[in-house]
Amino acid sequence: MLELVSVSTLNGLLYGMLLFLMASGLTLIFSMMGVLNFAHASFYMLGAFFGFQLSHWLGFWPAFVLAPLAAGGIGALVERYGLRAVHRHGHVAELLFTFGLTFVIQELVQMVWGKLPVDYRVPPSLDFTAFTVFSTNYPAYKMFELATAIAIFLVLLAVLTRTRIGLIIQAALTHPNMVAMLGHNVPRIFMLVFGVGTGLAAVAGVIAGPALVTQSDMAALLGPILFVVIVVGGLGSLAGAFVASLLIGLVQTFAVASNASLAGVLGPIMPGAPAAIRDLWDVTVAQVAPVVPYLLLVMILILRPAGLLGTRDT
Amino acid sequence: MAAVDAPRIRQERRRTAWRLGLWIAAAVLFAGLPTVFPSGTALTTMSLMGIMIVFALSYNMLLGQTGMLSFGHAVYYGLGGFLAVHAMNLAIGDRLPVPVIVVPLVGAAAGLLFGIVFGSVSTRRGGTAFAMISLGIGELVASSALILRSFFGGEEGVTTNRARLLRLFDWNFGPQLQVYYLIAAWCLVCMVAMYALSRTPFGRMCNAVRDNPERAEFIGYSAQAVRFIAFCLAGGFAGVAGGLAAINFEIMNSVNVGAAQSGSVLLMTYIGGTGSFIGPVLGAVLITFLQLMLSDATEVWQLYFGLLFITMVVFAPSGIAGILMMHAPLWRARVLHRVVPAYLLAALPCLLGLAGVSLVIEMTYRLTVKANEGSAFRFLYQPVDAKSAVPWIIAALLVIGGFWLFRRVRPIVADAFGEAMLVARRKGWA
Amino acid sequence: MGMTAPALELVGLHKSFGRVAVIRGVDLQIEAGERHAIIGPNGAGKSTLFHLISGRFPPSSGAIRLKGRDIAGLPPYEIRRRGLARSFQVTNIFPRLSVFENLRCGLLWPMGYKYAFWRNVDRLVELNERSERLLEEIGLADRRHLPAGVLTYSEQRALEIGIALAGGADVLMLDEPTAGMSRSETDQTVELIRRVTAGKALVVVEHDVGVVFGLADRISVLVYGEIIATDTPDNIRRSEAVQEAYLGTARHGEGAR
Repeated sequence: MLELVSVSTLNGLLYGMLLFLMASGLTLIFSMMGVLNFAHASFYMLGAFFGFQLSHWLGFWPAFVLAPLAAGGIGALVERYGLRAVHRHGHVAELLFTFGLTFVIQELVQMVWGKLPVDYRVPPSLDFTAFTVFSTNYPAYKMFELATAIAIFLVLLAVLTRTRIGLIIQAALTHPNMVAMLGHNVPRIFMLVFGVGTGLAAVAGVIAGPALVTQSDMAALLGPILFVVIVVGGLGSLAGAFVASLLIGLVQTFAVASNASLAGVLGPIMPGAPAAIRDLWDVTVAQVAPVVPYLLLVMILILRPAGLLGTRDT
Repeated sequence: MAAVDAPRIRQERRRTAWRLGLWIAAAVLFAGLPTVFPSGTALTTMSLMGIMIVFALSYNMLLGQTGMLSFGHAVYYGLGGFLAVHAMNLAIGDRLPVPVIVVPLVGAAAGLLFGIVFGSVSTRRGGTAFAMISLGIGELVASSALILRSFFGGEEGVTTNRARLLRLFDWNFGPQLQVYYLIAAWCLVCMVAMYALSRTPFGRMCNAVRDNPERAEFIGYSAQAVRFIAFCLAGGFAGVAGGLAAINFEIMNSVNVGAAQSGSVLLMTYIGGTGSFIGPVLGAVLITFLQLMLSDATEVWQLYFGLLFITMVVFAPSGIAGILMMHAPLWRARVLHRVVPAYLLAALPCLLGLAGVSLVIEMTYRLTVKANEGSAFRFLYQPVDAKSAVPWIIAALLVIGGFWLFRRVRPIVADAFGEAMLVARRKGWA
Repeated sequence: MGMTAPALELVGLHKSFGRVAVIRGVDLQIEAGERHAIIGPNGAGKSTLFHLISGRFPPSSGAIRLKGRDIAGLPPYEIRRRGLARSFQVTNIFPRLSVFENLRCGLLWPMGYKYAFWRNVDRLVELNERSERLLEEIGLADRRHLPAGVLTYSEQRALEIGIALAGGADVLMLDEPTAGMSRSETDQTVELIRRVTAGKALVVVEHDVGVVFGLADRISVLVYGEIIATDTPDNIRRSEAVQEAYLGTARHGEGAR
């Protein structure tokens, strides 16, 4: 039991930090530009596939650096030549543009790499057991993922609190209409923020790819959870995104690991109960795990419509 | 007072008569279509179009009328369909005297009910937050569908048999032609209802909330209440579409409540145009047709859809209906023919560019996913080998040439349109 | 205090944003039939005061009574339903609706149509007649079919006021109604306001001194979130405190004509 708890906590933290890598970029883009980047998870997927392809050609470490740069570069180009043209049509058009982009990126990925999972492996240099918890061997690669996510988190924190551009971004977070008044080159800042935000998502893709399945449906699977994270945290709140990322990461990881069911706790249901109730009775928590983030979303919305740490009304 | 208002009243009467005429024409069109297109494929296509018209119009009650961008509208369509299937099976099993023609009412009730349940949670906030919440609820229902197997039937879905319900006179609604008429009738009823709804005090306040939810509150309306009612009613009409789908396909599965179906109705509505009543109708007809046609012609048709959608968002955010509406003053002023030469001229680079882009897409597809089937295929009836350089050069030339020509032609088109518009304005039509 | 409650009454009203106190204890009584102007230098809190009364923000403390009933903290639509309508300083209309439709929407709730989704708006004779009359009164009859978003600035200002006037609320609050209007448009607007507010309570924020002194029965001077004087126009004009705090600066600054 203790073994399960400690391993799940580690895994949950890892999953939560990966979610935050993506949610932070999404929140930055949303707060500064007012655009909800629907295609954010698609850049995470691009990161994974670029990582796979580049590590195939150049090895893992060059890919680890180059893949996020490439995906972030594409992100910046999308902002410059796509979003900027749509901007005058309003936020709904911008959201729809990125929505269309998810289709295109998914289809392009399928066209190049096919629909089946690609063989993106943990690099040999990290393919060993870091430590053993009771009888579970905890892989070094997962520790590497966690370390990377935490390192980027710290860098982000430092940039936001210590640098000039960070102060501008902070000002924009609290007063969204202020950026324009600061007299900075707003279009270039937007391009930069979009590029960095999508690049961060791609980092998550590069490091999560070998541990998870790198496949053309990975964006469609993760995207909705990402949006749950930022709504639960409160749209536009970085701290909220952080709390919600860890919360959902932990809750879902623990749910997956649990075999409990109503039947297990309360005993078998009486015969003759309606089929729908029997379905609910026998289902294990692990089977319900995919629904958990969305249930959480609904609960939070009933209790706190603005999200955990949300203040801004959109 | 009466003397002053007489012309206005007369004008209003004329408009009412004109509208009535249009609806009768639509009814005649719906009734006559099977005579013109009697083939089995045509009937299935037109039946699907009828279902999608209702679905897309219900979606536009949210997006176009009230300004609510939903990524989960299929929930109400799908749940309406599932409950309709279960109702039909119940009626068959218990030999209840229920004719198939009332089954869409079950869908409507289901859509309305779930609209009330989920709407009470999701319509508290508008804008981006609403969009995200609708996505979350869509995912909630879609992933629940795989858990509640007895209701959703797991991967296979739930089937029914419409022909085993109560016969009406000598119609059992087995043949597709009878189903087509059932769908056409329901489609027409729903169209009239949704059109009428847009012309009520509530419908106008939907538009007001879309334009400026804050000010709506200062003239006595709760924006949340307006959104909620619109959401429930849209859910009800989506449920009718789902009920019709249940009758048409005799099967419902978890895909019908999923994100792909929600995305598809968004695509239809937006491409057709959210700014007018006719837009979603056009979108539903066109996209249904393209989906069937393109999926036969190419395996990467979804990529084409994505590109079409993005192109519309960038260049024509008011949709096909918006483009047509732009030309209404020219039509009334009888100067539409003046822009035709310029448009034909512009069509050339567009077609060239399109051919180039799709050649690149198809050749890439041949070299990657279909690599083991050889690199030779037919493109526009011409044999092409994706491994040789020539077609790539041709494709590049087509794309670059098309783009270059388009840049050249664009001012000509703009001038032609501007001049025609000027004439129309002088004649008092704009 | 008489037998009937004042049309609008503010008691010890405070509002702070974070640590910044913007409204610092405002007491005011406005009777039915009174036209009341609020003047004061920029940043005195006039717009915030309007937002508090009309429900855009809840007050930090204090009471707001509309015809004797406390409305503090109610949402804007509840306050409108109880008979208080307002216009905005920054034009706040329905840009894609036609001019006519903007006005008609303003009339829907006061005329009791609420969320009706079973009646055709074009067949509601009285609604359309009243919208028509309002359209004439604000001088936009020849713009009736245009989307409000394409109107000129001063036309949008007229529409802004028209929406607030629609439905004839018992208490009407106008935030700088004549800003951006020409002299003749201003005169027409003042005349219209005078006519429609006969027997009702009007609260107006205005920079145009001519409008203020011509329209108001009483004037309150708001300086740094506090009312330093409430009196008749003549007395306000003579008050030394007011001269010092406001009119003196206004004479040299913007707004004085």
